[in-house]
Amino acid sequence: MSKVIFITPEGETVVVENAEGNLMSIAVDHAVSGIGGDCGGVCSCATCHVHIDPVWVDRVGPANDIESGMLEFTSHFCFNSRLGCQVQVTPALDGLVVRVVGR
Amino acid sequence: MSKPQCVIIGAGHAAAELCASLRRLEWSGDITLIGDEPHLPYHRPPLSKTMLDPDAEAATPLIRSTEFYASKGITTLTSTSVQAINRKAKTVQIGSLHLPYDVLVLCTGSVHRLPHIAGTNSPGVYTLRTVVDAAAIRECARSGLKAVIIGAGFIGLEVAASLRKQDIKVTVLELAPRVLARTTSPELSTFFELLHRQHGVHLHTGVAVCEIRKTADGLIVMTRDSHSFPADIVVLGTGAAANTALASQAGLAVDNGILVDAANRSSDPAIYALGDCCTQMHPIYQKRLRLESVQNAVDQAKNAASAITGRPVPPAPMPWFWSDQYDVRYQIAGVASGYDELIIRGRVALGQSFSAWHFRQGRMLAVDAINDPAAFVVAGKLIAAGLSPAPAMICDSTISLKTILNTTLESPDARPR
Repeated sequence: MSKVIFITPEGETVVVENAEGNLMSIAVDHAVSGIGGDCGGVCSCATCHVHIDPVWVDRVGPANDIESGMLEFTSHFCFNSRLGCQVQVTPALDGLVVRVVGR
Repeated sequence: MSKPQCVIIGAGHAAAELCASLRRLEWSGDITLIGDEPHLPYHRPPLSKTMLDPDAEAATPLIRSTEFYASKGITTLTSTSVQAINRKAKTVQIGSLHLPYDVLVLCTGSVHRLPHIAGTNSPGVYTLRTVVDAAAIRECARSGLKAVIIGAGFIGLEVAASLRKQDIKVTVLELAPRVLARTTSPELSTFFELLHRQHGVHLHTGVAVCEIRKTADGLIVMTRDSHSFPADIVVLGTGAAANTALASQAGLAVDNGILVDAANRSSDPAIYALGDCCTQMHPIYQKRLRLESVQNAVDQAKNAASAITGRPVPPAPMPWFWSDQYDVRYQIAGVASGYDELIIRGRVALGQSFSAWHFRQGRMLAVDAINDPAAFVVAGKLIAAGLSPAPAMICDSTISLKTILNTTLESPDARPR
């Protein structure tokens, strides 16, 4: 159980306590703006693009192969880009801050 | 003054997105979501994929949690069927109840196109549309059993791949001369035929099934040329048709789907239709399309939510799809139908990443990407912008996707001709 802080494209902060699962499903359950999750979390739509707060990048880790392929040419791709559906929230990520890219 | 009433019939992807979008756009009216299944809207693509795995999580993968609907003040009526729409009184009939609406949204999806085959109602013959269907197939599918799948479209092939993972003997029978004939090129069909045969599927194309016979030992699938295929279970993946029963009964304009405008409004301005059940002029393709996809359902829900809340409708998005079969991630950007030129980037072979770029009169229509998500994303950007890369660049693997993208974005020749 960890706390995750989402910053929406509109600049609103959404704090989710006791977050479980992946960043996309957590965001969808809490109606975080800018996260679609249209494909259900199988890395096929890139509607859950987030920028990991730079201080968390190492702990979250890099994107996997398919995810990298989806991200490389997606708008607002950056060194700290991840697809939320591919980031599982673990206790080690308690306090994680991510910025939602949106469309 | 009482609040406006929005009634949504059907509880799939479009309905879930409409609920979320209306509330995101701060629509303050009442929303009632009516579905004939016992569940709130759930993700359907996994039904033919991960949900056929006996080790998969058995929980229904809801698109939005139960709490979401409650917290947004959305009334949900599950296991509820609507008998009729009364357009004059602006009510929908549920048994003896006449529920009033100001805005009615039809998200009735699609129904199976049942083939003209005798015996499709025998026990052991399944279709796949709901979690209940998936659970039944999952329960039946035990190692050592024999499955016959009728139809080699996306559902048929995904079910074949899922069942092969469990070492079930799978036979696929397809009427057309090749698999995925309705949606893709002969080149891609050949690739998928090789893929399934490599994984041990007995695949027969160009065969017409005429009967499913029940015997003491199980089922026998008979073809018109007198071949027989024994089976413990049979899965029908023979396509779908728009579910327009209520719309037709209510006198809305219907022609292979409920006819809707750019805002997804039907011929009655108080009634919208979204997703598989409707057909809409697509500005990129300049023809009416009826798409069976999550993307289409979600984007059309956003259209309708904009229109209902008095906002301009967003520009029409590019259609996209995906399929998972074994270790192949198949992604499609655009709609290939009517193409006259196909350019392959990479090599069409098992274990390879490649993409197939479809053109019509020099204009790019669609790209099929096999284990190549970057090609899918680049193609999608170009199609959405109405731009077409030079074919010579695509087939030259020394030219990077980045160069193709940037060159095309800057090239005056890339514009539609």
